[in-house]
Amino acid sequence: MKTHWQILVVDDEEVMCESLAAWLREDGYHVDTASSGREALEKAGQRDYAIYFVDLKMPGGMDGIETMMQIRRLHPEASIIIITAYATVDTAITAMKEGAQEYIVKPCNPEEISLLVNRIIKVKNLQRENTILRKKLSRHYRVNDVISKNSRMQEILSLAHEVSSLRSTVLIQGESGTGKEMVARAVHYSGDRASRPFVAVSCAALAETLLESELFGHEKGAFTGAGQQKQGKFEMAGGGTIFLDEIGDISAKLQVDLLRVLQDRSFYRVGGSEEVKVDVRVIAATHVNLQQAVAAGKFREDLFYRLNVIEIRIPPLRDRREDIPLLAEHFVEKLSHELGRDVERITEGGLKALMAHDWPGNVRELENAIERAIVTCRTSSLIEDDFQFLVDHGAGAKNMQIPAGMTMQEMEKLLIVETLRRTGGNIKESAAVLGIDRSTLYEKIKKYEIPR
Amino acid sequence: MKYFYVGATPEVERGVFVSVRDRMASEYGAPVKELRLPDVQFAYDAGRKQYRSMDVLEMLARQCPADALKLLAVTERDLFVPVLTFVFGQAQLGGRIAVVSLARLRQEFYGLAPSPEVLVERAAKEALHESGHTFGLVHCTDRSCAMSLATNVRHIDGKQAAWCAACAALLLRTQGVLR
Repeated sequence: MKTHWQILVVDDEEVMCESLAAWLREDGYHVDTASSGREALEKAGQRDYAIYFVDLKMPGGMDGIETMMQIRRLHPEASIIIITAYATVDTAITAMKEGAQEYIVKPCNPEEISLLVNRIIKVKNLQRENTILRKKLSRHYRVNDVISKNSRMQEILSLAHEVSSLRSTVLIQGESGTGKEMVARAVHYSGDRASRPFVAVSCAALAETLLESELFGHEKGAFTGAGQQKQGKFEMAGGGTIFLDEIGDISAKLQVDLLRVLQDRSFYRVGGSEEVKVDVRVIAATHVNLQQAVAAGKFREDLFYRLNVIEIRIPPLRDRREDIPLLAEHFVEKLSHELGRDVERITEGGLKALMAHDWPGNVRELENAIERAIVTCRTSSLIEDDFQFLVDHGAGAKNMQIPAGMTMQEMEKLLIVETLRRTGGNIKESAAVLGIDRSTLYEKIKKYEIPR
Repeated sequence: MKYFYVGATPEVERGVFVSVRDRMASEYGAPVKELRLPDVQFAYDAGRKQYRSMDVLEMLARQCPADALKLLAVTERDLFVPVLTFVFGQAQLGGRIAVVSLARLRQEFYGLAPSPEVLVERAAKEALHESGHTFGLVHCTDRSCAMSLATNVRHIDGKQAAWCAACAALLLRTQGVLR
C-alpha cells in the first residue's frame, strides 16, 4: 500500500522539484514539494512524511545538511535522501554521518530511485506492522483486559499489576485451563519488560535432553545432530520474561540447572564451557500441587522457594461461576468473528446450560464448548439446545465402558464410533466434539474401517 | 463529442505512428483523431544532448484541441526530466496530455539489429502506460500489467500490451472509457 506513505521533495529549482514529484506521484505516492529548507521544516511540522528528498545545495542560509538535521529533530524516524548535482566524497560522508539514509547524484537512473524508494517503503511497512502487532499484543494481555468480576481474581490481578515491574520470580498455580499463561502474559505486558520478548516453554512437552537444549541452547557438536550453535529460550528471552509452564514435570537434573539460573542469573549451553549471563524474569506455572511434590521428595525444596517468591493461585472456573456469563459473551464475540459465523449472543437458556456445568477443563473447556456451539448452531443466538452436548457428554461418559486390556487404537476407534452415534453420523459435529478437524476424522474413519 | 487525439512529431515514421493510433482506437471507447505536431527542437538541452520532456508537455498543452478527451504524442526524441537520466515517456497524472519517446524503444539504441516488430510492440505498451496515467492510473504492482513501472526495455518486454483486471476495472469504473 503506497498511498499511505507521503514524500516531501525539497529543492530550490522548481523544475527539479516538480519533475521528481511528478515521477513519484505516477508511482502512487502522495508527494509535496518545498523550495527551501525553511518551507520544508514548516511542512514537516504539519505532516509526517515517510521519505524526504533534500537537495544538498540550497540558498537562504539553510543547505541540505542543515535542513536534514532540523527535520531529524522533528521526526527521528524519517528517511532522508540527499540529492546533489555536485558529488564529492566529503559531502557524501558528511551527509551519511549526519543521518542521511542515502546519497544520490542527479541525474540518476530511474531504476535507482525506484529501487531505493521501494526498499525504504518495504522497511517502513514492516516497521509499522511490527508496531501494530506489538500494540495489539500488549493490549490483548494487559491486566485490565483479563475478564473477571470474581473478588479472588480481582485480588490476583491487582497483585499481578503490583509485581509487573519487579524482577522477582512468580509461581502461578492452578488447574489446567484456568488461564495461567494469560496471567503470566498480563504480568509481562503490564510491566517495564513489555517491549522485550515473552518466551513460553511447555516443560511437559519435551524429553529431558531436548528440554535442556531448548532452555539453555547448545554448542556446535554438543550431540549428534547439533550442526551449529543454537540459542536457548533463556537467551531468546533476554531482557524480557520466560514462562516455564508445567514446571512440576521437570527432571531432577533440570531442577538443579534451573536453580543455578535463578541463583546466579547465568548458565552454560549444552556442550559449552562458557558461562552465559542473562537478565530474564522467570514466571513458572504448574497444575500440580508443588508443596505436595516437595513433601513427596519429587521436587527440590530449594527450587520451590526460589520459584515461589510471589505466589498466584488461580481458582477453578467452578469456584467463580459469576465469570461464566462474562467469559461466554467474550468468547462468542471473539470466536464468531474468527470462525466467520454470524452469531451475536447467548440466550438465557444457553447461559443456564453453561452455569449448570462443572467445567473440569475450566476456561479452556468453556471456550471449546462455545466454539462447538457456534459451529453447529442454526440461528444467530446460542440457545440451550446448542449446549446439549455438555449434558450428553457428562451422561455418556458415565456409560462408556472401557474393557481392561484395550489398546490405544481400539479405544480411539471406540471413541469415534460412540461420538458418531451420538451426533447421528454428523461429521462436522463429531470432529468438533473430538477436537480434531474433519479431514483427520475422515482419515481415522477410513483407517479403522468404521461403517457410516 | 470528445476525441482521443494521437499526434506525432514530424520525424516519426508513419508505420509506427499508425500502429500506435490503431492500438489506442481499439483500446478506448472514444473515437480517435490524428494531430500533426511541430518539431520539438525548442526542448533540446545541448548539455545533455536530450530533450526536456516537461517543455514538450507544455507545448502539447497549448496544442491540445478543445474537443480532446486526451492527447497522446509520439516522438523519436530522447526525453528526460532534470532529476532522471531519461524517461520513456511522461504524462499529466489525471490530465489530458502524454508523450511517448521511441528513441530508447529501438533495438539499435542498444547496439542491436533493428526490429520493427519489437519497436511497435514496445510503443504500444508505453502508449497504453502513459495514456493510463492521464486517466489517473498509477503504477501497478502486477509486473505483467501495462501500468507496471518499466525502467528499462527488459521490463517493457516482460509486460503485456494490456491492463490487468484491476486496472481495467478501475478504468471502467472511474472513466467508463474501455471498449
